[in-house]
Amino acid sequence: MTTVPAEASAPPAPPPTSRPDPEKPKRRRFPWAPLALLTPALIMLAVFIGWPLVQLVIMSFQKFGRAQIFGAPPEFIGIDNYVAVLTDPEFWAVLGRSVALCVVSVVATMLLGVAIAVMMTKLGAVMRTAVSVSLLLAWAMPALTATIVWGWIFDTQYGLVNWVLTQVTGQNWVGHSWLIDPASFYAVAAIIITWGAIPFVAFSTYAALSQVPDEVLEAASLDGAGGFARFRLIVFPYLRSILLVLLVLQIIWDLRVFAQIYALQSIGGVRAETNTIGVYIYSVSMASGDLGAGGAISVVLVVILLAISGYWIRTMLKEES
Amino acid sequence: MTARPRRVMSRVLLNVAALVVIVSSLFPVYWMVNTSLLPASAVRSTTPHWWPDEFTLSNYQEALTDDSLLNALFNSVAVTGLTLVVTLVFAFLGAIAVSRFRFRSRTSFIVAILVIQMIPAEAMIVSVFRVLDGWYLLNTIIGLSFVYIATVLPFTIWTLRGFVNGVPADLEEAAMIDGCSRTGAFWRITFPLLAPGLIATGVFAFIQAWNEFVFALVIMTRPDSLTLPIWLRAFVQATKATDWALVMAASTIMAIPVIVFFLFVQHRMTSGLVAGAVKG
Repeated sequence: MTTVPAEASAPPAPPPTSRPDPEKPKRRRFPWAPLALLTPALIMLAVFIGWPLVQLVIMSFQKFGRAQIFGAPPEFIGIDNYVAVLTDPEFWAVLGRSVALCVVSVVATMLLGVAIAVMMTKLGAVMRTAVSVSLLLAWAMPALTATIVWGWIFDTQYGLVNWVLTQVTGQNWVGHSWLIDPASFYAVAAIIITWGAIPFVAFSTYAALSQVPDEVLEAASLDGAGGFARFRLIVFPYLRSILLVLLVLQIIWDLRVFAQIYALQSIGGVRAETNTIGVYIYSVSMASGDLGAGGAISVVLVVILLAISGYWIRTMLKEES
Repeated sequence: MTARPRRVMSRVLLNVAALVVIVSSLFPVYWMVNTSLLPASAVRSTTPHWWPDEFTLSNYQEALTDDSLLNALFNSVAVTGLTLVVTLVFAFLGAIAVSRFRFRSRTSFIVAILVIQMIPAEAMIVSVFRVLDGWYLLNTIIGLSFVYIATVLPFTIWTLRGFVNGVPADLEEAAMIDGCSRTGAFWRITFPLLAPGLIATGVFAFIQAWNEFVFALVIMTRPDSLTLPIWLRAFVQATKATDWALVMAASTIMAIPVIVFFLFVQHRMTSGLVAGAVKG
C-alpha cells in the first residue's frame, strides 16, 4: 500500500503519549489523534462534496449560462432561477412523471420483494438456494448493462418480447416500438428498475423474517392463530421497522433514477417526453448550458430527498445511541 | 416451518412461483451472455436462438480489438483502482477515529455522513462539473477518482466502523499488558481481525466506481477519456441499437467483474442494515 503518497502524511498510529485507557470517555485534551486520522477523509469530503454543495447553492442564485462558462463574471439575480423553474410547466411535468414512475416501481418492488421473501421461508433447502443464487445474479448486474439487455429484449425488430407476442396472439408484433410511446417507455423503465431492486428488498426482508423467533410462532399456532393471523400479529411487527427503512431507501433511489432512463433514451424514446428529474437536471445544465437553472432544480431535489430520508437518518442514529 | 402436513397443491404452487422467480431473475443475465456468443447474423434472425447453437467468440474478439473500447476499459480500470486504494486507506483511518476514540463532534460527524449519503449525485453534477473545471480536472482520471472517493467514503467509513466496533478493545489492552506497544497491539491484533471488513468495503468501492454513470457522463466527455459505462451507452446510441451481438459482448465484459466481486461480499450488504433495523 505504498503507492499512495497522500497516505504518508497521515500517521496511522496515535502519538505514544496517550497511554491511558483508550475507552475512557473523559479525556480533557484536544482530540488530536482522531482528528489526524480523520483528516484525509475530511479533506476529500470538504473539497469534493462540501465545496461543490456551497457552489451549488450560490450558483442557484446566479445567472450562470454559456457566457459564464466561458469566463464572464456571474451576476446575482436573487431567486429568479427558482421562480423561473417553479413556474415552468415542464418542471412540474418532469416532477410528476418522476413521482409516478417512483410510486409504481416502489410499490411493485416492495410487494414482490416481500412476497418472494415470505416464499423463501417456505421453500425447501434446494429451491431456496436456487432462488437466492438467481436473485443474487440479478442484483449484481450493473444497472446500465441491465438496461441495455432489457432494451435488447424489448427491441423493435428482433426483440424477444415482440417475437413471443407474435407467437401468442397470432398478430404481427415485429416492428412494434416499445420506447417511442412515453407510457410504454415508462412501463419498460419500471420493469428494469423493479427487476434490479427486488433482490435487495427480498434478501433484507428474508433476513429479518429469519430473526422472528420460532417459539413465539409455535406458541401462537398452539393458541389457534391461523397463517394470516400469525403473519399480521407476530411477523409483521418484527418486520415493520426494516420495511420502513427499505421503503425510504427505495423511494430515494427510484426518485433519482438516472442511468436506466438515460440509457433507455439512447436505445429509443423521445428525450423531451421521457425525462425524469435527474435526467432533466442534466439536460438543462449540461445540454442547454443553463447551470443556474440546473442548480436551482438540484437544490429543490436535494431538499425533497433530505425531507424523505429524515426518517432513515433518525433510525440509524437511534441505533447508534 | 410447521410440521403439519400441507396440501400437495400449495406445495406445487409454491415451487412453481419459485421457478418463475428463478427464471425471471436469471433470464436477462443468460440472454446477455447467450446473445454475445452468437454471430450477428443469428441475432438478426426472425426466430430467437435460445442457446448459442452457432457458438462464436468473434464478438469478443471484435470488442477487445476495438481501440475505443480498450481505451475505455483502461480508463475504468485506472479510475476504479485509484478509487479503491485511496478509499480503503482513508476509510480505514477514519473508521478507527470514529470507533476507537470518543470526541465531542463524533455524533455530528455521523449525522454528516448520513446526510451526505442522501445527497443525490444527480444534484451535484452541475457544481462538481464547475469545480473540477476550475481546477483543470475535467477529463482526468484523477479528477473523476477524487469525486468517487469523496462519494464512497461516507459509506465505507460507516461500514468499517461496524467492523472496528466488533473487535473488542479488551483484546488490544490484553496485548498491551503482555508488553505490546499501542501501535503493535493494533497491527498484530485488531488489523488482522478487520481483514473481512476491508475486503467488503473494498468491493463496495470497486463496484461503485466501476458502475458509476452520472459523474462520469459529466466529467469525462472527451472521446479518449470515456469510462466503460459511458462508452457502452455512446456505442449503443452510435450504432442505433442494431449490433446487439457486439453490444452484449461489451456488456458482458463490463458486468462480469462486478458479478464476481459482488458474490464475494453479498452477505455483508444486507446483514448490517437488517441487524440494526430489526433491533430498533
